[in-house]
Amino acid sequence: MQYLEFEKSLAEIEGKSEELRALARQNTGMDVEKEAAALDRKAEAMLRDLYKGLTPWQKCQVARHPDRPHCKDYIEALFTEYTPLAGDRNFADDHAVMGGLARFNDQPVMVIGHEKGHDTKSRIARNFGMARPEGYRKAIRLMDLAHRFGLPVITLVDTPGAYPGKGAEERGQSEAIARATQKCLSLGVPLVSVIIGEGGSGGAVAFATANRVAMLEHSVYSVISPEGCASILWKDADKMREAAEALRLTAQDLEKLGVIDRVIAEPLGGAQRDRAAAIASVGKALGAMLKDLAGKKPDALVRARRQKFLEIGGKGLAA
Amino acid sequence: MNWISNYVRPTINSLFSRREVPENLWTKCPECGTMLFHRELTDNLYVCTSCDHHMAISPRARFAALFDGGIFTEVKVPEPLPDPLHFRDQKKYPDRMRAAQKATGEKEAMLVAEGEMGRTPIVAVAQDFSFMGGSMGMYVGNAIIAAAERAVERRWPLVLFSAAGGARMQEGILSLMQMPRTTVAVEMLREAGLPYIVVLTHPTTGGVTASYAMLGDVHIAEPNALICFAGPRVIEQTIREKLPEGFQRAEYLLDHGMLDRVTHRKALRDELVSIIRMLTGQPPAIKADLPPPAAPDPVSAQAPAAPVPTDAAIAGKSAGAAAAPDSKK
Repeated sequence: MQYLEFEKSLAEIEGKSEELRALARQNTGMDVEKEAAALDRKAEAMLRDLYKGLTPWQKCQVARHPDRPHCKDYIEALFTEYTPLAGDRNFADDHAVMGGLARFNDQPVMVIGHEKGHDTKSRIARNFGMARPEGYRKAIRLMDLAHRFGLPVITLVDTPGAYPGKGAEERGQSEAIARATQKCLSLGVPLVSVIIGEGGSGGAVAFATANRVAMLEHSVYSVISPEGCASILWKDADKMREAAEALRLTAQDLEKLGVIDRVIAEPLGGAQRDRAAAIASVGKALGAMLKDLAGKKPDALVRARRQKFLEIGGKGLAA
Repeated sequence: MNWISNYVRPTINSLFSRREVPENLWTKCPECGTMLFHRELTDNLYVCTSCDHHMAISPRARFAALFDGGIFTEVKVPEPLPDPLHFRDQKKYPDRMRAAQKATGEKEAMLVAEGEMGRTPIVAVAQDFSFMGGSMGMYVGNAIIAAAERAVERRWPLVLFSAAGGARMQEGILSLMQMPRTTVAVEMLREAGLPYIVVLTHPTTGGVTASYAMLGDVHIAEPNALICFAGPRVIEQTIREKLPEGFQRAEYLLDHGMLDRVTHRKALRDELVSIIRMLTGQPPAIKADLPPPAAPDPVSAQAPAAPVPTDAAIAGKSAGAAAAPDSKK
């Protein structure tokens, strides 16, 4: 378990209780359970306190927590018969984007998502979840396939943003993102999306232009990273706390603004503390969102999706 | 007394009028350093007469040169909520807006207009880089949607001139949402079977490139325009190597298959007229300086009759497409 910077005091208490228990294991006859349990209670109260009032910047850190379940974990736990499909048929297969056919509650669907990787090796292979044009073009291809065979599309968003590299630019990063957004808007099948970690700018929009968009409680969705925003508007990358505050990138604010449809509650202390519970909640939300859209005609789905985005911006936040 | 007034007045007048003279009669070309007289520069559409460097041009100046006789009608854009996030960085967002409005004399970073270009009716929309870097916020999104709706209503093509640093951070997620919103606008045009021509001008970057600017039926860029998703500085920081000469410039994108053409600003209007008339099955335009469209107009009066046999074949083949844009309501 990796502790975040703002969880330092929590780490101390949990560490102490762990130490006590380890000590008791070594010396039989020593009873520390009472003290350890007291420490546990203290830690839980502290955790509850911390996570009740997470600042936007703290939420960014939680959203990026390396132990948080990633796309691959959700697919493995929530889907059966997952059959990955690869490649954009033009240039390459981008491992930052995974996707394929699968069954969700027995229903065949197309699932697509950004995958960040879980250790150094897989993170490099996945390019930290930063897709290149091939990733978006693969997603377009899979969405198109789903559309032609009437399968609902589920997207799981977790990306710092599209990859800013030389090759990516040369091969048309902008065009690929724009076409993916366009594809989302033209699908005659239900498209539901969950932002499970980071919803990084255009790289996220390309997957999340959906009929229903949900966000995990401590995930973030933003036009620019707080660091990037701080360095541009404050001319100081260390002002990311202020930038995170100003950008209104939390699930709670986005729900108020009408940009997303629902917030999925996370287990106490964030999805990283109880991965199975977080995954189950996402599964439940996906089921509910798909049920909402079941039986709708292709044309109605397209119209409703467009209308939903045209209407965004009508609500502001209270001062 | 007459001789006194005659004698005194010119002196006083010259004192006053001197103050009214614009301060910047001369502009230095940022590329070659040539000093350009303002009249010469406006006549040349803000392209350096010595090195052909394309400088920024305001949407109004562009439309004045684009539409016949410089006559166009502005299309009203629905007002978005002002400052929906109560955004504040080192300055408050409304203060930044007011400063931009004062500096440019414009309300926002996009201007929508309709009119005739080479006797070809179009809706045009142009982004204003001088207004907060042309940044795409809710107004810009609304402007593009309004332009598309007007184009669909009239059955006219849409020509879009892009110029922006990207999304407007002060509108946070709502600026990001303009990517799908403007894409809906493009879809409306597509569904209506109307041409959507994008002219990418310097610079077109970020979320703007990754939405409406890269979804045109035809992509034309002005020479040397920077067109990219991530800017060169960001890329250099990420990959830690020097980027090649001309990277992300219009000619580079043309080489990499992202554009159809790179066209000099002075040749742009004729090219747009030509492309649009071919796409909509209209006969070739008459290339000359035309009087304003309000004047008596023998050309378009004759057009439906299509007396020339060679044109009749073309016009007949796509009569449906040709009839609508020619109709005058």
